[in-house]
Amino acid sequence: MSDILVYALHYEGAFNKNSLGAISEAARLAAELGSQAHAVVIGDASDELAASLGGYGATKVFRAKDVPEGLAQPVIDVMAHVMADGGHGYALFGGGLLGFEIGAGLAARLNAGVTMEVTKVDVVDGRLTAERPIHGDSSISTSSYKDRGIVIGRLNAFEIAQPGGDVAELQDVSVELSPWSTRATMVTRGEARGAEVDIEGADFLVAGGRGLGKAEGFELCEALAAALGGAVAATRAVVDAGWYPYSTQIGQTGKTVAPKLYLAAGISGAIQHKVGMQASEHIVAINKDSNAPIFEYSDLGIVGDLNKILPKLTEAVKAKKA
Amino acid sequence: MKICVLVKEVPDAAVEKRIHPQTGRMDRGGERNLNPYDTHAIEAAMQVKEGGVVDVEEIVAVTMGPGTAVRALHKAVSLGADRSVHLSDDALAGSDVAATGYALAKVLERESPDLVLLGQQSDDGECYTIGAVVADHLRMPSLTQVIKIEVSPGSLRCERQAEYGYDTVDVALPAVISVGDAINEPRYPSLKAIMGAKKKPLDALAIADAGIEADRVGEAGSKVICGDFKAPPAKSGGTIIEDEDTADTVAQIVAWLDERKLLA
Repeated sequence: MSDILVYALHYEGAFNKNSLGAISEAARLAAELGSQAHAVVIGDASDELAASLGGYGATKVFRAKDVPEGLAQPVIDVMAHVMADGGHGYALFGGGLLGFEIGAGLAARLNAGVTMEVTKVDVVDGRLTAERPIHGDSSISTSSYKDRGIVIGRLNAFEIAQPGGDVAELQDVSVELSPWSTRATMVTRGEARGAEVDIEGADFLVAGGRGLGKAEGFELCEALAAALGGAVAATRAVVDAGWYPYSTQIGQTGKTVAPKLYLAAGISGAIQHKVGMQASEHIVAINKDSNAPIFEYSDLGIVGDLNKILPKLTEAVKAKKA
Repeated sequence: MKICVLVKEVPDAAVEKRIHPQTGRMDRGGERNLNPYDTHAIEAAMQVKEGGVVDVEEIVAVTMGPGTAVRALHKAVSLGADRSVHLSDDALAGSDVAATGYALAKVLERESPDLVLLGQQSDDGECYTIGAVVADHLRMPSLTQVIKIEVSPGSLRCERQAEYGYDTVDVALPAVISVGDAINEPRYPSLKAIMGAKKKPLDALAIADAGIEADRVGEAGSKVICGDFKAPPAKSGGTIIEDEDTADTVAQIVAWLDERKLLA
């Protein structure tokens, strides 16, 4: 009853990094519990791809070939079926969007306990205990489970193990979907919206948020990024608003970066943004609101008007580097 | 068509956060208000109603919470809801996400809405998850963090950003949709609407009224055991500059960057 089931999201022939982190973490925990880590793979994944999860510690992979990937509710059906059959005591998800939806729905289906935004999982007295930062990361709450437990990790919370050569046992499962699970259908998936920009390789990033006021505000970021020799990144809010390309987005459903310098302009700094850039070597924030959460994790914070500061800063950086 | 909007009261973000010195928990004694993310859900409901593609008879704001939560309902009504439902019962105290979702689903069952809308997250905790819990209990299709809704009779075409970019998804009604804050710019309530909010019908329910089983809610009915609270690892606070003289501020930034060899 203490086997751990992990949802392994894949797209265009590769597993999601956060899913691989979750499998690595599940394998580590299962070893401590004296149980096994298993994975669920949905849709069109080759035998080789599915079995490769063995390299990260999954001993068994359940594949539901005929189920569409990309929406949460069919996955809930598959995982509930596998867990009922196999008696798994836990489900574990890496960070991202689908894991939150699947994990929460699965908790309802199985009448299980669920904890989200988890940053650390431990084995205490033979059971899993999850740690979750709350209230803007000012405190950490711990939870354990009376019965089944569902643990949804925060983005990048679980480290990916160095893959070994083990191959997982592959078992195809056939699951009848719930009527309501088929009432949402994907029309188009994974539209990039905007230019393809590489921000993950940049040493210097100037990131813009809603505080820029309008799409044209990004010109200030572009000028400073050019002076620094870096690239421009954006928050989800402004990407959703169509101000900047999706490929530059930091955070929960975007990129994770760790540049030498991350300069955040007009970004309040919600957790979903923080998880994508907190590993940056130096963080500088400019925001007019002195209460903005980003100041709590900046090395240098400037309370002021970015429209006044950025142009002058660009000139000063150019002069210094000349 | 009937739309229910799930709302929640949260500590007012404008009020400075206080941590109780003994327990390390958030001091929840301060001002409370409607979760700002929920205002986008109410606005989305209003836009469906005003869009004219489908006939919306009623928008109902639904909440679960203590007596003070009535304020959040009044705010929701001032923003456009026609009436509100308040589930409040001592037996609900200490409910975890799964128990809360179950209780809200039971209240929604009484209303049998064609569409349930909610905000993408609450300002004070439960992240993204309550919609998916409610949807599974109601046996309805569900999508979270939706930033565009196109309504047709009987279905919605929704857009949202997921792990690999933007997805467009058709969802048949009835459905549970959580909306992202990019979906709209919520309107300000008129003075008349604020003054009139307290006069709109408000249904106060205890758990028995909604057919909620007492042993499935509250601390006893929750499957998560809340353990200790601990402090996160201490992080040395950064330097803060208040910009008064921009030339001077910029000189300080450049010096700071230069010290760390970031301008080489």
